[in-house]
Amino acid sequence: MPLWLDLTVRLVAVVAAFLLLPLVVGQAEHKVMAHMQGRVGPMYAGAYHGWAQLVADGVKFVQKEDVAPHGADRRVFRLAPLVALFPYLLVLLAIPLGPGGLVAQTLDVGLFFVLALLGVGVLAVLMSAWASANKYSLLGGLRGAAQLLAYELPLVLSAASVAAAAGTLSLPGIVEAWRPWWLLWQAPAAVVFFIAGLAEIRRPPFDMPIADSELVFGYMTEYTGLRFAFFLLAEYVGIIVIAALTTVLFLGGWHGPFADQLGWLWTLLKVFAVSFVIIWFRVSYPRLREDQLQRVCWLVLVPVALLQLALTAIVKVVS
Amino acid sequence: MSDDGERGAPGKGLVQGLAVTLKTMTKRSITQQYPDVEPDLPPRSRGVIALLEENCTVCMLCARECPDWCIYIDSHKEEVVVPGAARARQRNVLDRFDIDFSLCMYCGICIEVCPFDALHWSPEFEYSETDILSLLHDKSRLGDWMRTVPPPPAHDVLGEPSKEEATAARKAAGPGAATAAKTARPAVRRNPPPEQER
Repeated sequence: MPLWLDLTVRLVAVVAAFLLLPLVVGQAEHKVMAHMQGRVGPMYAGAYHGWAQLVADGVKFVQKEDVAPHGADRRVFRLAPLVALFPYLLVLLAIPLGPGGLVAQTLDVGLFFVLALLGVGVLAVLMSAWASANKYSLLGGLRGAAQLLAYELPLVLSAASVAAAAGTLSLPGIVEAWRPWWLLWQAPAAVVFFIAGLAEIRRPPFDMPIADSELVFGYMTEYTGLRFAFFLLAEYVGIIVIAALTTVLFLGGWHGPFADQLGWLWTLLKVFAVSFVIIWFRVSYPRLREDQLQRVCWLVLVPVALLQLALTAIVKVVS
Repeated sequence: MSDDGERGAPGKGLVQGLAVTLKTMTKRSITQQYPDVEPDLPPRSRGVIALLEENCTVCMLCARECPDWCIYIDSHKEEVVVPGAARARQRNVLDRFDIDFSLCMYCGICIEVCPFDALHWSPEFEYSETDILSLLHDKSRLGDWMRTVPPPPAHDVLGEPSKEEATAARKAAGPGAATAAKTARPAVRRNPPPEQER
């Protein structure tokens, strides 16, 4: 295969996953949330159990007027949704789907690259918050910044633990080195990573920056139409990214029966299972208060992640 | 942390929360797809009030008992000449019988008090209007609802016989044979006298 064709196929596949998977997760959220609350969710759009609901929503968002507030810093205001969305697209490039180089771009520093890109999220939050010229946006944005900065630490520490265990920073390398007993050995890190990831994508119960009952819609208050849709899309791609990273780092990625042929299927199944848990958490738990949120991070997640790191180091040295 | 004595192991509440939502998800949801699927209403649902005009004697009990006065009745008297009678009789003729369903609170008192069974509950409920004035149903519209009134429930076999039945039984038994009080209990019903063939 010539280089350009190879590149095109990989890029198209990543963009397709970037556009399609969030829709699947979004529709699943509609339905799962509805049934968990004793409802049936969307039923009309698309004639069969509302499968086209998100398509209809997208059409609606496109039709809406693109409003920028009078006092807004227009360029930053318009740029913020793209800054929120774009890093996730790049993260998807580095996530391995199956064995034998089934990854858009093999990177030796894949884990580092991915974590660095996830850190860009805080920039989008601050940009949209400050540029909106709205007190609710600003409050939400500052809460978001505090939350994202705090939860970055347990996220990185727990990821470092699994990287130390595998002895590599390459994501396919980590999956290659993964063994089933790591499920037990790295369990605390997995839990910490998952919870910190939830906070990183500002999903309930960590949606204090958005907190619609007190902050209107946080840093997204002033956004309408397509730009708001970009923020929503970023949230659902975020679910995919966190689920995929949890899968790749802690749940063994493509490992499973017939991994050589069906590796991609195992990865996707695990990603959707973790996404389901993310939706499940949203339905089950109330929002954490701002101080509780910081308390959970600094007094629970960070110590657990540090202990896990020590445990990993001890096991590595001993064995 | 533990201000609640019943709180068990840490994280128990978190697990219980997850269990509740998961259990709810596996149950069938109770949502009814109403406009597509007709609701399965109980047989004596109170949807709308129907008027059987022939039974109405314009006694005005319903209009007077109505708590929010949503029944409007007009009538005039007519003379009915009965052949062989000494005098012509007078009869009330109903001109107007309107129920304003924008005021009605569906208490059913009018139906309860009607001595001649002219008013009935109908389970029909789809009569919303875009104009509030259209909720005033006149007597022809109220009469149309009669078609939707379900037949009355069967008589309770353990209950008292109706006044008409009791009187008929007493007459059939001859003068002085039985009083209403004696026939009040359902002995009549359980082993009916042979004369009372129905």
